[in-house]
Amino acid sequence: MENTINENTPLTEKKTLKEKFNDMRYKIDLWSRKKPLRRKIYLNRYLYLMMFPYVLLFFTFTVLPVIMSFVLSFTDFNMLEFPHWVGWDNYLNLFLEDPIFITAVKNTLIIAVIVGPGGYILSFVFAWLINELPRVLRAIVTFVFYAPALTGAISIWALIFSSDYYGWANSLLMNLQIINEPITWLKDADYILPIVIAVQLWMSLGVNFLTLIAGLKGVNKELYEAGAIDGIKNRWQELWYITLPSIKDQLLFSAVIQISNTLGVGAVTTALCGFPSVQYAGHTIVNHLTDYTSVRFELGYASAIATLLFIASIGLNSLIRKAIRKVGS
Amino acid sequence: MSKSKAELLNEETTDKGQGLSKKEKLNQKKARHIDSRPFAEISGTKIRARSKKKKRINRSKAGDIALFLFLAIAGIISILPLIMIVNNAFKPMDEIFKFPPDIFVRNPTWNNFADLGVVLGTSLVPFSRYLFNTIYVTILGTVGHILVASMCAYVLSKYRVPGGSFIFGLIVYSLMFPSSVTATPNYIILNFLGLIDTHWSIVLPVIGGSMGLFLMRQFMNGISMDYIESAKLDGASEFKIYWKIVMPLVKPAWITLAILNFQSLWNTGGQTTIYREDLKMLSYAINQIATAGVARTGTLNAVQLIMITVPIVFFIFSQSNVMETMQHSGMK
Repeated sequence: MENTINENTPLTEKKTLKEKFNDMRYKIDLWSRKKPLRRKIYLNRYLYLMMFPYVLLFFTFTVLPVIMSFVLSFTDFNMLEFPHWVGWDNYLNLFLEDPIFITAVKNTLIIAVIVGPGGYILSFVFAWLINELPRVLRAIVTFVFYAPALTGAISIWALIFSSDYYGWANSLLMNLQIINEPITWLKDADYILPIVIAVQLWMSLGVNFLTLIAGLKGVNKELYEAGAIDGIKNRWQELWYITLPSIKDQLLFSAVIQISNTLGVGAVTTALCGFPSVQYAGHTIVNHLTDYTSVRFELGYASAIATLLFIASIGLNSLIRKAIRKVGS
Repeated sequence: MSKSKAELLNEETTDKGQGLSKKEKLNQKKARHIDSRPFAEISGTKIRARSKKKKRINRSKAGDIALFLFLAIAGIISILPLIMIVNNAFKPMDEIFKFPPDIFVRNPTWNNFADLGVVLGTSLVPFSRYLFNTIYVTILGTVGHILVASMCAYVLSKYRVPGGSFIFGLIVYSLMFPSSVTATPNYIILNFLGLIDTHWSIVLPVIGGSMGLFLMRQFMNGISMDYIESAKLDGASEFKIYWKIVMPLVKPAWITLAILNFQSLWNTGGQTTIYREDLKMLSYAINQIATAGVARTGTLNAVQLIMITVPIVFFIFSQSNVMETMQHSGMK
């Protein structure tokens, strides 16, 4: 009996949780009024709350990894022991004592020089031609060209370039009496790189292609009529003076995507030629990176490769962006 | 103007009283309708016909034919391998190993699919488990990314909060390098968080992806601030505005995000972060079938067809939305 009475009549005033919360909010409000930036952040607190989940994940899985890979590139790390500092050793080894890395860089550059501009120009040319088609046909043709990138069906190329009689490429060439013996396409160092480039080009009409089609669709048609009055004679002049400047923003976005795709080539090589490819003929920087990450577990060394790839991508991008800004001027 | 409208109304009521036939009434209505329109609108058909002619400025016929011939040849090269996949899936054994091989199937059969059923029925982990894993990861990643990224895109697009432009700058930069750059540290981070061997190891990085957010933000830039301000006057909270007003308006953008994410997740095998057999994905299981060698060629063909069909169907249904989103994708 006495106990219950004691509980119901507390000596000090106990605050409920809600009251405590309100008190705290009031205090924070007061605190925020002291500085303008602080106040701005406080007033926008719900907006920050909405941004929070994405920003957290973005920092965890994109920003932090870039920083980490930069730091780890100066260490020797194998996942088990604590990383220890080795300075520039990883970079020196990469350039001086790793001939395979040099091969990988060379292959990646060859692929990038051909597939980068090649895929970009193909995307644009097809988008440009498709744009003149009537609506229904345009949708169908868009699908036809986007299908390779959409499905990512690389494995059919393994069948086409199969090493036996049943491979399409071999049987076609043998029927035409060009060759007598089947060629081991994907196991021959001479053919691997050209095949990888061909397949990569086949798949290059991806997101950037869709972007360009959409951009072209949005060009104001009246501009062409105005251009015709102003003395534009053929479709090439029209392209340079009206179309390209109108879709500059899309060109830029599409170039960014193209560059990161081109420098990231690696999956196609693995899928077609195995890992590693014969005599490292199709070995790219990404393949090299995967090798040191998931096969050899030399993560410090792998981080050095990743950091170089990162710097190369950002550098190339800023160059290309500068170039595209000049289009039509 | 208002007077004439009133008169028209009057006429209509009197019409009813007089009890004209339906046809007569319709004719009368039509006549009135046409009269009330401005001249340009009445002759609209003619104007449209003329503008159609104008569309063909600066085009020569020979150039047209040459370019479209080129387009046709390129189109065949582009789609032929996929046609091969479709045909291969229905080829009986003797046609698969025919020399020289045909592109088109002669005696289509369902045998390859039946074989696939047998192979999958005898596997250690039931096939349905792989399928479930893929669907689970795909839906979780896609829906998660759309919700989380669009919420952030809304703030980045419509408000200038301190730090917002910095974050968006980082996101733009993150589009510029291949994802392999972050693969190694990601593994370490996932390991540290204890997410290795869970589906979250695949889903979380996808939710934090930057391409979707970029597209979403650019699309939201096209939405007038008026909608948001008027909703705010009515006392709606930020979240409510985002959910009830902005999200329905950006439907094309989230359909695009869905197809892009779907594409990448559907083909994920999860080999790098998932070791438990019963958590692995469809694409991994299929690669296992492929490694069994020549005898499984038919089965493999059937599997390939199944794998490519799903994204194709998705894309066909969402194409117009995707195009609309991409129109806003420009970068300055």
